[in-house]
Amino acid sequence: MKDGDPRDEKPVTGEGKHPTPHLDQLEDGPWPSFVTGLKRLRDEGAPNNQKMMNDLLGQLNHSYENKLGYWKGGTLSVFGYGGGIIPRFSEVADKFPESKEFHTLRVMPPAGFHYSTDLLRQMCDIWEKYGSGLIAFHGQSGDIMFQGCTSENVQPAFDELNKIGFDLGGAGPALRTAMSCVGHARCEQSCFDEVRAHRTIINTLLDEMHRPALPYKFKFKFSGCANDCVNAIHRADFAVIGTWRDDIKIDQQKVKEHIAEKGRKYTIDTVVNMCPTRAISLNDDDTLEIDNPSCVRCMHCINVMTKALSPGDDKGVSIMIGGKRALKIGDLMGIMVVPFMKLETDEDFEKLTEFGEQVVEFFADNALEHERIGETIDRIGLPAFLEALDIPPDPNMVNHPRTSCFVRTDDFDDEAAKWFERKAREAGLQISAE
Amino acid sequence: MSYQVNGHTVEHDEEGYITNLADWNKELALEIARTENIEMDDERWEVVNFLRDYYEEYQIAPAVRVLIKAIKKSMGPEKGNNKYMYELFPYGPAKQACKIAGLPKPTGCV
Repeated sequence: MKDGDPRDEKPVTGEGKHPTPHLDQLEDGPWPSFVTGLKRLRDEGAPNNQKMMNDLLGQLNHSYENKLGYWKGGTLSVFGYGGGIIPRFSEVADKFPESKEFHTLRVMPPAGFHYSTDLLRQMCDIWEKYGSGLIAFHGQSGDIMFQGCTSENVQPAFDELNKIGFDLGGAGPALRTAMSCVGHARCEQSCFDEVRAHRTIINTLLDEMHRPALPYKFKFKFSGCANDCVNAIHRADFAVIGTWRDDIKIDQQKVKEHIAEKGRKYTIDTVVNMCPTRAISLNDDDTLEIDNPSCVRCMHCINVMTKALSPGDDKGVSIMIGGKRALKIGDLMGIMVVPFMKLETDEDFEKLTEFGEQVVEFFADNALEHERIGETIDRIGLPAFLEALDIPPDPNMVNHPRTSCFVRTDDFDDEAAKWFERKAREAGLQISAE
Repeated sequence: MSYQVNGHTVEHDEEGYITNLADWNKELALEIARTENIEMDDERWEVVNFLRDYYEEYQIAPAVRVLIKAIKKSMGPEKGNNKYMYELFPYGPAKQACKIAGLPKPTGCV
């Protein structure tokens, strides 16, 4: 507790409260502490929440004393679902009986994380009634974590949440809850309809989420631009990230205003020199010149000069497969598998969904137990993966082909001929379609 | 925490998984199924028997996909899918069928 907090005056040992010296220490320092939140529920929550939180804090302090965790998992679920609940049974239930069962409900948030305050209030009411009152918006899994539920209350709590339109997310070896950034509703950098892509794919593959039958987890994430606010490229097995293929839009008047305000040196230091591919130069008359073919769409200059620069008009998405954190092999970034595709018409979305289904199917059939798709690709090789999914190889998949020792140029002329033929055919199809 | 079968007492953990796998027999399976509100018919026995055979051979419970493929083989494609599995065992084959078959509790993040 901070100094002067009225709650400080309540005796810690009174009313059967567990002393929490180890946790109190965590409240020092400038940042908000989760301990403060737990204590607030203990002191001001609904009566059933208070008891549960008191024992939870007691057990947590006990854990800090002994440097041991006392939670074990289980196999709880709700009717018709194989996943979505994270069961936690206490191993020290004799000392802390009120929090002996402290299960978590993973609930899928709406795409783009758009809520109304009314919905949030309803969620809080439900969780005050059936759970501990403790809600986490949102875990790295992307879910709303409703934490602290007894085994008996899991089903009724889910039923109530389901009634207001929410469904369980993924857990275990299954399709996991997807994430999409706040997107075009609030962000000017958005390059596609993130929420639509998110909803379309998850609704199509929902069975894989609720009835776990994959070799391991599989995650979709959707970011509107390369700022990648939902960490798609390094956390998602299937990352869809917005980009554009024409030129960055420049408002030279706003460039001049920016330089007038911030200074020329500042602009050179923070924009021109920061361009990873040296594609930007500042002209003598304080206008910007961008060598667009060299631009890698890193978003840096656009982030600094939000008024002067903005993404191009010919927008679409790139798809990267295989990002993950360390497990069998170290961390992987997603591999560029679809360098660019438009995502505007119903057909485009159909194409995306179909591709998503294909990749999940490939994963189900070919991955070993406890293997992410990035590890599968690492094991079998990218060419085998591309061939299995019938994706034509594209030079745009490779960063700096001339400096990569993995790029081979055998049969270059034949492959180039094939490439030009394919491009001509695609162009022809487009013209005839129009 | 225990099941009572034919005058025998069989210990189980807080979620109903038997603690000594050697204690399993068909009557016990019926008793566990009763506490799970599941009526054991031929289809469900097929699943349970497959799980037991597989466990005996490999000392590990099969992955859900392996189970489904095996059921597809014996019962046909209209029943060899995940949906049908949840019709038989509404809380999931990994949980309920393994419990009835007397296999160890599935581990991992489920």
